Amino acid sequence: MTYLLKHGRVVDPVNGVDGDFDILVKDGRVARVGRDLPAEGVPVREVPRGSIVCPGLIDMHVHLREPGQEHKETVATGTASAVAGGFTAVACMPNTDPVNDSASVTRLILERAAEAGLARVYPIGAVTRGSRGEQLAELGELHAAGCVAVSDDGKPVATALLMRRAMEYAGMFGMPVIDHCEDPSLKADGVAHEGFNASRLGLRGIPGAAEEIMVDRDVVIAEVTGGRAHIAHMSTRGSLRAVRAGKARGARVTCEVTPHHFTLTDDALEGYDTNVKMNPPLREAADREALIEGIVDGSVDAIATDHAPHHADEKLVEFDRAPFGIVGLETAVPLTFDRLVHTGRISMARFVELLSVNPARILGVTGGSLAEGQPADITVLAPDLAVTIDIGRLRSKSKNTPFGGWSLRGGVAATIVGGRVVFVNPDVAGAQALAGA
Amino acid sequence: MTTQTVTGLKGKHLLGIADLSAEEIGLILETAEAMKEVGARPIKKVPTLRGKTVINLFFEASTRTRTSFEVAEKRLSADTLNIAASTSSVVKGETLVDTALNLEAMAPDMIVMRHASSGACHLLARVCKSRIINAGDGMHEHPTQALLDAFTIREHKGRIGGLKIAIIGDLLHSRVLRSNLLLLGKLGAEVWVAAPPTLMPPDVERFGVHSTTSIDEAVRDADVVMMLRIQLERMQGNFFPSLREYFTVFGMTEERMRRAKPDVIIMHPGPMNRGVEIASEVADGPYSVILNQVANGVAVRMAVLFLLSGASEGDQL
Repeated sequence: MTYLLKHGRVVDPVNGVDGDFDILVKDGRVARVGRDLPAEGVPVREVPRGSIVCPGLIDMHVHLREPGQEHKETVATGTASAVAGGFTAVACMPNTDPVNDSASVTRLILERAAEAGLARVYPIGAVTRGSRGEQLAELGELHAAGCVAVSDDGKPVATALLMRRAMEYAGMFGMPVIDHCEDPSLKADGVAHEGFNASRLGLRGIPGAAEEIMVDRDVVIAEVTGGRAHIAHMSTRGSLRAVRAGKARGARVTCEVTPHHFTLTDDALEGYDTNVKMNPPLREAADREALIEGIVDGSVDAIATDHAPHHADEKLVEFDRAPFGIVGLETAVPLTFDRLVHTGRISMARFVELLSVNPARILGVTGGSLAEGQPADITVLAPDLAVTIDIGRLRSKSKNTPFGGWSLRGGVAATIVGGRVVFVNPDVAGAQALAGA
Repeated sequence: MTTQTVTGLKGKHLLGIADLSAEEIGLILETAEAMKEVGARPIKKVPTLRGKTVINLFFEASTRTRTSFEVAEKRLSADTLNIAASTSSVVKGETLVDTALNLEAMAPDMIVMRHASSGACHLLARVCKSRIINAGDGMHEHPTQALLDAFTIREHKGRIGGLKIAIIGDLLHSRVLRSNLLLLGKLGAEVWVAAPPTLMPPDVERFGVHSTTSIDEAVRDADVVMMLRIQLERMQGNFFPSLREYFTVFGMTEERMRRAKPDVIIMHPGPMNRGVEIASEVADGPYSVILNQVANGVAVRMAVLFLLSGASEGDQL
């Protein structure tokens, strides 16, 4: 399949491209990028007016729930949600049932992803067997089967010794260790950020220090071992301080922030909506502002959603009994546009770095670039689209989001994976032309 | 006495003091005065809630509050039934929402609920058509307790505004504290709270109160001293080293009470741990109004039930 994507503003920071370019897609790859490329018999697909064409977005932190929790999400529904949200690839966490701590589980996920034929799926293997924090999983076998990183997400890597060994050993395969940083004794049975809102509402608190202590530890271990640590869903200003200091000393540490942490604060707890219960919890305004500053100045490497689907029944319970987490794949782009781009905090180049270039670099996967020869994984963005988050239209099997009804500016026009148009947004005028229809 | 400027409650439910205005609190307390008079009659019953069904749904053990609500409901001639968690379908794995919807199918008018989870009444109010009265939700609120405390303070002091009120004990886990901080703040009291730092809610000052780790500072010149229960299992959480040490540092003794105003009253929502947060001599002393609180609880709950029952305006007691 060959076609010419015509008249888009292409933003491709890796190749220093930002301007009106055409992209020739041939056999699933980017064949040429240039100004006013001649059609020469190739079908032309006009990019909708005002769109931005960029390397496919990559969400490096999602929960696809398969195998074992298919009532929440499957690889098929999760990747449908991904492409509707503009993501051409996702990395999925291993806390499935069974845990992805063996090649057979990794292969099952990859098979399901191939059957679905939507977004690329990069499995993340468990650090330890069963994510129990005791014995290393067979990381070499996981890597060979297709895992791109390791994590015991949902739980921290329990001891400093284990983290040291994991970073040293995973480093041999070029895989980062992605850590869910949380001191279990400080987190205890907390359900919300420790602060006035939790005090007022009678919710048990999770102090920022629970995260920061573990981030500090991981930064030190990364420095000592030369291994790579990636801090998942960083939520506090103290964690950011530790990451900045580590980077300044040359530690190989990277970090991600979720859209909900740069959008909401613990003020949202009022009313006890279980869709504002996530871990790490929504923090206070000073944390949110610090995270945005980190996103702006480059200290934060990636925006990742921590897409965590849960069935409505599981969330329709008392606040302290509800599971942690919200879905995020289909709200990430609108929130990033509305809160960061249109407020003038970040440029489009930075947007692409945070959502495409850096996730690809951290995971060591293809993408993040529209250089000639690269797979044609392309996201077409509609920066001025008026988006109202409609829970009924989410592709994810689960609808647990606090953003239902929110009106935001900026969305997705179309998603292209390996040259195939896998999603077209019917709300964007002219987007249908991208499908070659 | 507060001048009444409202004749009814705005909200459909009583989920917490947070939702009440000072005027509404005043109305409840005024109404409770009349209800207290009913309780002093030879026949302690009025037909006000005849034909109304009230379910007391208690997911946590309670003697005082449940009995108090039941007495209040019976004095108002409501049909009442009590459901305790141990006898309910909850032990069979039914969710709170399903339990509530099943009870709703029998068309009660009001549900009085106590639950171990903060916000459980908010959940119920979202899914139910009945009026919900919060009889204590987790560590969040216990609004009728704060109302009966206010009623008792007013009965003894004639006012609440301007009084120095000290609240001492396990503040962190206390729903009574939160409701009282909100209520006393709305009525203009000067509130001091004292506890070990381990049992102090984070950022408690943002309620507009003074916090201290010195019980003596809190008690000095206080008009009202309110002691909160220390749950014995808190020791396991290392909130303090021992009950013995707790009593030494934070227990209310006669000697400490002498720092308060001479006409101080001492209160406790119960159940008390004698010799832990309060010495027996204090609990049983002349300034103790602990049993008055219990008596007033019935009148205040009658007032709340009456004001929320809907068809009550203009009715004779």
